[in-house]
Amino acid sequence: MPDRFPDYDVLAKRTSPSWNDKTREVIDQRLSMPESCDALTEQQQATLRLVIDRVVPQPEDRASVNAFALLAAKIAANKSDGFRHHRLPPVREAWQRGLDAIDAEAKAHFDTPFAQLDAAQADAILSMVQQEKVTLAQWADIPAELFWSWRLIPDIVSAYYAHPSAWSAMGFGGPASPRGYVRLQKNRRDPWEAAEADSGILISAKRKNRHVV
Amino acid sequence: MSSDPQENPRARDGRAPDVFTPGGWVPMREHDDADEVDFAIVGTGAGGGTLACKLAEAGFSVVAFDAGPYWRPLEEFASDETHQEKLFWTDQRIVDGNNPIKMGSNNSGKAVGGSTVHFAMVSLRMRPEHFATRSKLGYAVDWPIDWQEMWKYYAQVEQALHIAGPVNYPWGPHRPRYPLRPHPLNAAAEYLARGAEALGTKWTETPLATVSAPIGKSHPCVYRGFCVTGCTTNAKQSVLTAWLPRALKAGAEIRDLAMVGRIETGKDGRVTGLHYIRNGQWRFQKAKNVIVAGYAIETPRLLLNSACDRFPDGLANSSGLVGKNLMVQLNQAAWGQVKDDVRSYKGPPSLAVSEHWNYTDTGKDYDGGWSYMSQGPLPITWAKSLAGGRGLWGQALIDEMARNNHSVGLKMVGECMPDENNRVTLADEKDQYGLPITRITYALTDNDKRMRDHAVRFMRDSLQATGATECWEEMDDTCHLNGTARMGDDPATSVVNADCRSWDIPNLWVCDGSVFPTVGGVNPSLTIQALACRTADRIKAMAARGEL
Repeated sequence: MPDRFPDYDVLAKRTSPSWNDKTREVIDQRLSMPESCDALTEQQQATLRLVIDRVVPQPEDRASVNAFALLAAKIAANKSDGFRHHRLPPVREAWQRGLDAIDAEAKAHFDTPFAQLDAAQADAILSMVQQEKVTLAQWADIPAELFWSWRLIPDIVSAYYAHPSAWSAMGFGGPASPRGYVRLQKNRRDPWEAAEADSGILISAKRKNRHVV
Repeated sequence: MSSDPQENPRARDGRAPDVFTPGGWVPMREHDDADEVDFAIVGTGAGGGTLACKLAEAGFSVVAFDAGPYWRPLEEFASDETHQEKLFWTDQRIVDGNNPIKMGSNNSGKAVGGSTVHFAMVSLRMRPEHFATRSKLGYAVDWPIDWQEMWKYYAQVEQALHIAGPVNYPWGPHRPRYPLRPHPLNAAAEYLARGAEALGTKWTETPLATVSAPIGKSHPCVYRGFCVTGCTTNAKQSVLTAWLPRALKAGAEIRDLAMVGRIETGKDGRVTGLHYIRNGQWRFQKAKNVIVAGYAIETPRLLLNSACDRFPDGLANSSGLVGKNLMVQLNQAAWGQVKDDVRSYKGPPSLAVSEHWNYTDTGKDYDGGWSYMSQGPLPITWAKSLAGGRGLWGQALIDEMARNNHSVGLKMVGECMPDENNRVTLADEKDQYGLPITRITYALTDNDKRMRDHAVRFMRDSLQATGATECWEEMDDTCHLNGTARMGDDPATSVVNADCRSWDIPNLWVCDGSVFPTVGGVNPSLTIQALACRTADRIKAMAARGEL
């Protein structure tokens, strides 16, 4: 799908009244997170990278989203969300077991490690996990559907949509303090918000999006 | 020493953070552990923080403990869903049952001010009949308090929080106009209003605890829309910004990063104080009275973890009901797509509300009531809804996310039935303080499911009546936590009496959402604060008569 918000970049507002110091600090730190993860083996990391790429594909023609770095940090820290399904282990162990099981499932079906599957093959394996149509015994230690809906999906989409590039691609206003918004009614856009392609009658969306500060 | 408020306590050395000034402080009275204070309060949220204020203003000596940090929102809150997870209670809990509850983000807080620091500010009164559902409507149990008394305290809290709401409220007995004018409807709220009009039901602007005019040190709301991740401008009237500054001024002491692990009982069967850990050290605070206000998970956990020879099943538990009758609220939604540019991320998430189904008893195949509100999910929340509720992933998810500015939704707050099988118990596992963690067991009742099915159908009809297309129903979400230490008239069937005083131990009190016998179809924070104000008045009256 073509970019709905051409040239819109949440980061252009970084020094505007829409970002407070704390937000700048937090986002700057997020954009420079390390891309490695001691808590996972090389193989698990490779599997995770492809899982992320398939579940949340990178935006086209935009800065790439470092969802892997964010999720790797969470796994390394074994960071709890405040609850654990009684049939699932803690965060790090759940990911280790789940990634191993995904990789094993790929080898069983395609005789290839998951990380080396093509897109269609990878999606086929992921669909099997989502629909609990997996075949290997090792899923007994990490129930597939629970791993998918309580761990894999929430963790991956949370990491991806924590990135400004993902916000820009969806036309989200992004950080908004202290300025906030003025025009709350439908079809009203504050000049510091994204303009949608085709919505510009007099001024093109591209031109508006280059001046969202 | 690090200045990280998550690492080192801030409220000490005679001062506490001034939440209205970056880097600022206000003076704070302090007590020694050996001082037998009038009240040691566990928790500083809607129950405990409000009580700390009211009791200190009445002249009692008060120390209020919170396991979380003492934030200064103006300088320490970011406009960011991920970073602001620091406001949630993310210590480990195990969830099970037919419908395991997702904890953490939307139903708990670990900060001075409790979950009001990140609540959505919706400030609704419970319908009068919902305080007496058994005798008036034939289901569940009655509250031991008359609705008129609760409504008197609602008015008091609405004044204290400067609630912005409509001049005339469309449902229930007459109530005074709200202290401040309502906030404007955003486009998402307009869709609720248009749907209600089309279906011939009433709607109104949601009464909200965020100011629509400058009040004290709070500037009017700037509609930045990150309310549920914490307000960075202090427009929100949370316990942190509304009650605790008053509490400190009146002489209350707040102890941040102070996790209470056990309440001690003496030979006479009365409580003598509490054990808490702060700066890595276990300490004991003496107190004439202990009030537990840790919300519906931590409250029963503390009572159960305080078991002793005299009370082997935990404190205040002669009824066996501590931890039982946990009630979430239904929080399902209907969503659709519209041509209009809605951008529901602007403004407080729920600017319009309908209580039609709280006040209508016909046309239902279930007991209980529900309200519904317009919605404004932030990106991560929305992505989880789409991925979880519709099973979307891959390019389909990314493409759908890019249509977010044209999505509209309605979300319910529905009354779950009390059921003793829904409960909080202790697990074998220990947390970072060495305390047994909780196991939370939940299953929706058949009545809950019938309500849910009716509600999502009605909300979908409402969206479709506005021309929304591609409607879908999000069936898996709950909010709020109540019950687990219910109040009542009979010691055999309740944990505390109408004054929030435990039946078993006269100087042990519980005052938070745990005491709710039923939850009604509205968000609980206003009711908790009203209960706290009432409890403070009752304590004053009893103290004057020498009955403490």
